Amino acid sequence: MKYIDEFNDPELARKLLEDIRATVTRPWALMEVCGGQTHSIIRHGIDQLLPDEVELIHGPGCPVCVTPLEVIDKALAIAARPGVIFCSFGDMLRVPGTDRDLFRVRSEGGDVRVVYSPMDALELARRHPDREVVFFGIGFETTAPANAMAVHQARRLGLANFSLLVSHVRVPPAIEAVMTAPTCRVQGFLAAGHVCSVMGTAEYPDLAERHRVPLVVTGFEPLDILEGIRRAVRQLERGEHRVENAYARAVQEDGNPAARRMIEEVFEVTDRSWRGIGRIPDSGWRLTEAFRAHDAEHRFDVTGIRTEEPAVCRSGEVLQGLIKPTECPAFGTSCTPRTPLGATMVSSEGACAAYYLYRRMDTTTRKEMSPVG
Amino acid sequence: MADSTATAPVDPANWSCPAPLRDRPVVVMGHGGGGALSAELVDGVFAPAFGNPVLAQLADSAVVRLGAARLAFSTDSYVVRPLFFPGGCIGDLAVNGTVNDLAMSGAVPAFLSTAFVLEEGVAMDVVERVAGAVGAAARAAGVTVATGDTKVVESGHGDGVYITTSGIGLVPDGVDIRPQRARPGDAVLVSGPIGLHGVAIMSVREGLEFGVDVASDTAPLAGLVEAMLRVTPDIHVLRDPTRGGLAASLNEIARASGTGVRLTERAVPVPDAVANACAFLGLDPLYVANEGRLVAFVAREHADAVLAAMREHPQGAGAALVGECVEDHPGMVVVSTGLGGTRVVDMPLGEQLPRIC
Repeated sequence: MKYIDEFNDPELARKLLEDIRATVTRPWALMEVCGGQTHSIIRHGIDQLLPDEVELIHGPGCPVCVTPLEVIDKALAIAARPGVIFCSFGDMLRVPGTDRDLFRVRSEGGDVRVVYSPMDALELARRHPDREVVFFGIGFETTAPANAMAVHQARRLGLANFSLLVSHVRVPPAIEAVMTAPTCRVQGFLAAGHVCSVMGTAEYPDLAERHRVPLVVTGFEPLDILEGIRRAVRQLERGEHRVENAYARAVQEDGNPAARRMIEEVFEVTDRSWRGIGRIPDSGWRLTEAFRAHDAEHRFDVTGIRTEEPAVCRSGEVLQGLIKPTECPAFGTSCTPRTPLGATMVSSEGACAAYYLYRRMDTTTRKEMSPVG
Repeated sequence: MADSTATAPVDPANWSCPAPLRDRPVVVMGHGGGGALSAELVDGVFAPAFGNPVLAQLADSAVVRLGAARLAFSTDSYVVRPLFFPGGCIGDLAVNGTVNDLAMSGAVPAFLSTAFVLEEGVAMDVVERVAGAVGAAARAAGVTVATGDTKVVESGHGDGVYITTSGIGLVPDGVDIRPQRARPGDAVLVSGPIGLHGVAIMSVREGLEFGVDVASDTAPLAGLVEAMLRVTPDIHVLRDPTRGGLAASLNEIARASGTGVRLTERAVPVPDAVANACAFLGLDPLYVANEGRLVAFVAREHADAVLAAMREHPQGAGAALVGECVEDHPGMVVVSTGLGGTRVVDMPLGEQLPRIC
């Protein structure tokens, strides 16, 4: 497919790898921010092909993984109500809440549907005026414009039976949190290309300057990722720390102004808890007062649901690159995608799940060599 | 939204993301997905209830001895939605699916039974079209529908038409095809492009309609298997990668035989339309269902001749050598990626889920 095949070319990949090898003179730790990038890196085995000096740390950019347990519990409570059609992106259905997941709610009679767009959910609301249609609006800046558009349209069309359960998160505050952590090892970032295609790059020069880290806007296909790594390594070797755009076919400096305007009209910045990470100031969006009527939390009165997250797994250390998923004692034994102990094991974009799905061979070897736990 | 915790400095050293270990007290859709959850259902419920050495073969069909004859015996239920899809309908699937399960033991399929569960209110012409398809598919596959049954359930208690078919066929002397026989050195062959059936169904399913020019690959494979057996009766393993796709079939073979399977990603025939649909939906073609393909494990010395015979048969025109059976990583399937890296291809858990981004 155009724009995919060209960016999978093995010969060009080899050239980029040679360039990286020729450039690197000492160890560097880069964080890829987005879960989609993590998935691609592990799926194609890119990390295995890099010189030993370049270490990739898998960032907290999996929207499914970071959605707090409390929000999942609210989703489950709403989805179980009679008369509700609960719509979600597919991979949220398996994410465990406190005592069940959306699959389980569906098997118990809840009307839970996988849709590909919030606009599909809006269409359901139009076709079923007697039902309450709720869309699970999660994700980063990438999914926010479409969710904002759905709410905007609902108000314009007078679809009072459509609402959004919002748990949106923003990338720049997460980068800030990573860089200010006392144990931070990250020296450069592959910024999330699709986030920047919406928001542009204006939020990043300040981060690069204050923390003296290169930030390279990077795409998702193998060649995109290698090019992002190449540019980040080149900056590091030269002692530079700039924002660079290595994903120019999708990202313009000012992003997508129409999408940004839609976000600004419908959402406002708020503090947000990230599953496995904790509360990060200004790291999310919620619906503004003007759209409160379409806010599922208020409509279904689930604001009182409070879920604390007991600390049992080591995904925090995974998320900041202190350990690889395979170094967690629970990895692949008590913690698998079937029985996840942590959210990073739930979505295929989570670092632990990506390692489990694609790298268990290494684990088997590792565990035979040095038993842990 | 009001979050529960007070704002405190973020210390990623304390990051964690727990979720309790859970069990499933009710059936979920994933239990029918042909993956790990299906296997748990069989191992945890059915095998304890009526397990026996024949059932323990866990092949696509059981091979049993009855008098002097060796018979392959198999059954399958068909609940596909929609009933009609590009390339076929539930009637074609019901015949070809069971015929293929028999063929995967090397058997020559002979007789089928059909059981129809009809929902009150379904249009008679729908039933006629499905029945017509069953008849035509049976004639094409050279099997006789020898017995049948019909039940009607109240409106709302079915999905139009469900069909269960069972079949028997004779296994020729000298043929011993089962997943346990895979051995290091075997060549892994696939009979043609993968993922067509799954993508064809998804393209017409309610809520997911997308424009793609793909038809299901539903077809009987017994003729292709006969052609392969003429080259050598010593084919080690055959499997038709239906639910769960090539990934599930290869994992089952690797586990049953205690060997590893090494795939070459670029050698696996994936049609452009399937690759594009999968890229768009966030799915992996290796996990998408097929209804007219087989995967074969044959000794290296027979591989070229078997592959040539497959390519001469209409059902194997797109056959390809996609990998090999190895001693390393027993029980695991590992893919060499196009870039030169590797990754494990795991057993699918249940339903494949479209990813958010």
